[in-house]
Amino acid sequence: MLTAIDWIIMLVYLGFVLGIGVTLKRYMRTSTDFFLAGRSIPAWVCGLAFISANLGAQEVIGMAASGAKYGIATSHFYWIGAIPAMVFVGVFMMPFYYGSRARSVPEYLRLRFDEKTRAFNAISFATMTVFSSGISMYAMAKLIQTLHVFDGPVQRMHLPLSWVFHAGILVSAVVVLAYIFLGGLSSAIYNEVLQFFLIVAGFLPLVWLGLRNVGGWEGLKSKLSPDYTHAWLGMTNAHTTRMGVEWFGLAMGLGFVLSFGYWCTDFLVVQRAMAADSMSAARRTPLIAAFPKMLFPMLVILPGLIAIALPTQGVTSLAAGKGAAVVAPQGAGLIPVKLDPDTGGPARDKQGNVQLDYDLAIPNMLLHYFPTGILGLGLTALLASFMSGMAGNVTAFNTVWTYDIYQSYINRKATDQHYLWMGRMATVFGIGLSILAAYMANRFNNIMDMLQLVFAFVNAPLFATFLLGMFWKRTTGHGAFSGLLAGTLTAALHHGLTLPVGAGAGVKGGWLNQVVHIYPSEMAQNFWTAIFAWTACFLITILVSLMTRAPEPGKLKGLVYSLTERQPTAELPWYQRPGILALIVLGLVLLLNIIFM
Amino acid sequence: MRLDIRIPVGLLFVVVGAVLTAFGVTSDSALYNRSLNINVNLWWGVVLLVFGVVMFALGHRSHRAAADTGASTSVAARKGASEQQ
Repeated sequence: MLTAIDWIIMLVYLGFVLGIGVTLKRYMRTSTDFFLAGRSIPAWVCGLAFISANLGAQEVIGMAASGAKYGIATSHFYWIGAIPAMVFVGVFMMPFYYGSRARSVPEYLRLRFDEKTRAFNAISFATMTVFSSGISMYAMAKLIQTLHVFDGPVQRMHLPLSWVFHAGILVSAVVVLAYIFLGGLSSAIYNEVLQFFLIVAGFLPLVWLGLRNVGGWEGLKSKLSPDYTHAWLGMTNAHTTRMGVEWFGLAMGLGFVLSFGYWCTDFLVVQRAMAADSMSAARRTPLIAAFPKMLFPMLVILPGLIAIALPTQGVTSLAAGKGAAVVAPQGAGLIPVKLDPDTGGPARDKQGNVQLDYDLAIPNMLLHYFPTGILGLGLTALLASFMSGMAGNVTAFNTVWTYDIYQSYINRKATDQHYLWMGRMATVFGIGLSILAAYMANRFNNIMDMLQLVFAFVNAPLFATFLLGMFWKRTTGHGAFSGLLAGTLTAALHHGLTLPVGAGAGVKGGWLNQVVHIYPSEMAQNFWTAIFAWTACFLITILVSLMTRAPEPGKLKGLVYSLTERQPTAELPWYQRPGILALIVLGLVLLLNIIFM
Repeated sequence: MRLDIRIPVGLLFVVVGAVLTAFGVTSDSALYNRSLNINVNLWWGVVLLVFGVVMFALGHRSHRAAADTGASTSVAARKGASEQQ
């Protein structure tokens, strides 16, 4: 179904991606050029890279899937789960990240606390990035396989169809490797900006056509039940929302703990702001990013809603492919029934209900509305989003590996040129490990679920450590470290003692043989795991800090709020002042919430 | 960084926009049944082409302005930075 024109567009894009890497290669002279883009990137470029790095596979596919499943309430992941934290990191935390001249988030932890806190964060973070980029790669290869769009060339080369999966992994790995190897973080950031515009260019016409087809937002509302099109309907009780979460769990779990934990402490996004050309540019990075971010639900969630609102398609759905021989249960709208990989028949949950494959919302929308030509652009946008997500992980990995693991524990006194070389090598073996992880995900789905669970335990308490570290000068290294451990253990304990409704004990929870609480949904369980972990970390950090010797105030200059000089912003024009930008962002988000209430 | 990102972004969209526009003009209208009988290739191609031209022009202009005024100072700053290392 793809014609030459689609391939031309995809190849043009790949050509530009590699071209940027080649062009930037000659600017890579020092390790700072490679890992921090020489701290020379303008604020708006960092801002677009900031959201683009986060706009990986899980985001585009997953948000449309959630849109089809939960409705417009999925926007909470943006309006509550991202914007307030992005404002906070820009206004309050960036002065310490950028001002301390730390080269990474783990390095900030060493400056503020001690070696063991840094090591804990660096090692868990480095492992996590490798697996995330592997899972991203796996998702992409799987999608290419399901869509059957690349079957043609593989068959023409007389290779078996299983090679579509291998080719998908190989192509994405080689392209991302090439442009990061050549141009480091600058290359990743430049490509993320390119990818940002491509994603908008590919999805905007899709949303426009879809909305036109269903009669605009009003038409969409009339086709779906009200809980699909109102973000706050029924939020007073967990059992009356599609997500199974009430407002408190949502605001505290997602809005506070998980969102601040990600946007304020995850080096993958913070690294983009650290590359900015000045302190004020670094502070503006997340604020500039917040503007497109708050509008992204229109781009990625609406297609999911449109997909479910359309009349149910016959079994001719392209993505169903060969499995289409099974006629019995029908999907909803453009969303097909999920196929069980073992039996080939429809997948069912414990109650015997047929499950839908929501992940195909975006791909099926593309195939439904786009003729050849613009279909190539849509698929390129999808590929771009996969690659930007992967590249974000890879650049964060090579920096943390080189500065926080290699330079700190393996080879302290090498030349800068050696660390630059090591960064390139880290890119190669980081991507090698990602490929390994992708194949692992393909063979043992449960191992990946378990790993993601462990990372969730490690990440959940992290924001408590940063909050106390930056705003309470009495916090000690021992306090921070024991708080992190306690938070992680609490997360594991909570998960082991609770279950989402309808799930059996195991990877979903309840593995401690004693279930004390059943949550109405997996999401509610996740949010509450995070809340418990954060609280434990917060309390234990304070307790242990008070019992251990206070850090010397002289060493904390530039690292703690009360011991750092305020950044004067009065001489900047109003549109460059973080405080004013922050108020505008928050006002607009409030407006969006009122419109879609 | 001396490469203004608006230049590659502009160029990419000029090329993609031009390809889509050209294809939209020449393609058979039966192709657009699925896109509600709108020739999306043509219209979106034109939009992307215009966007690409604007981006390229902006990038090119500031690139030239930087080359005229800031070339000597930025070389000096760069030299100073590398000596510090």
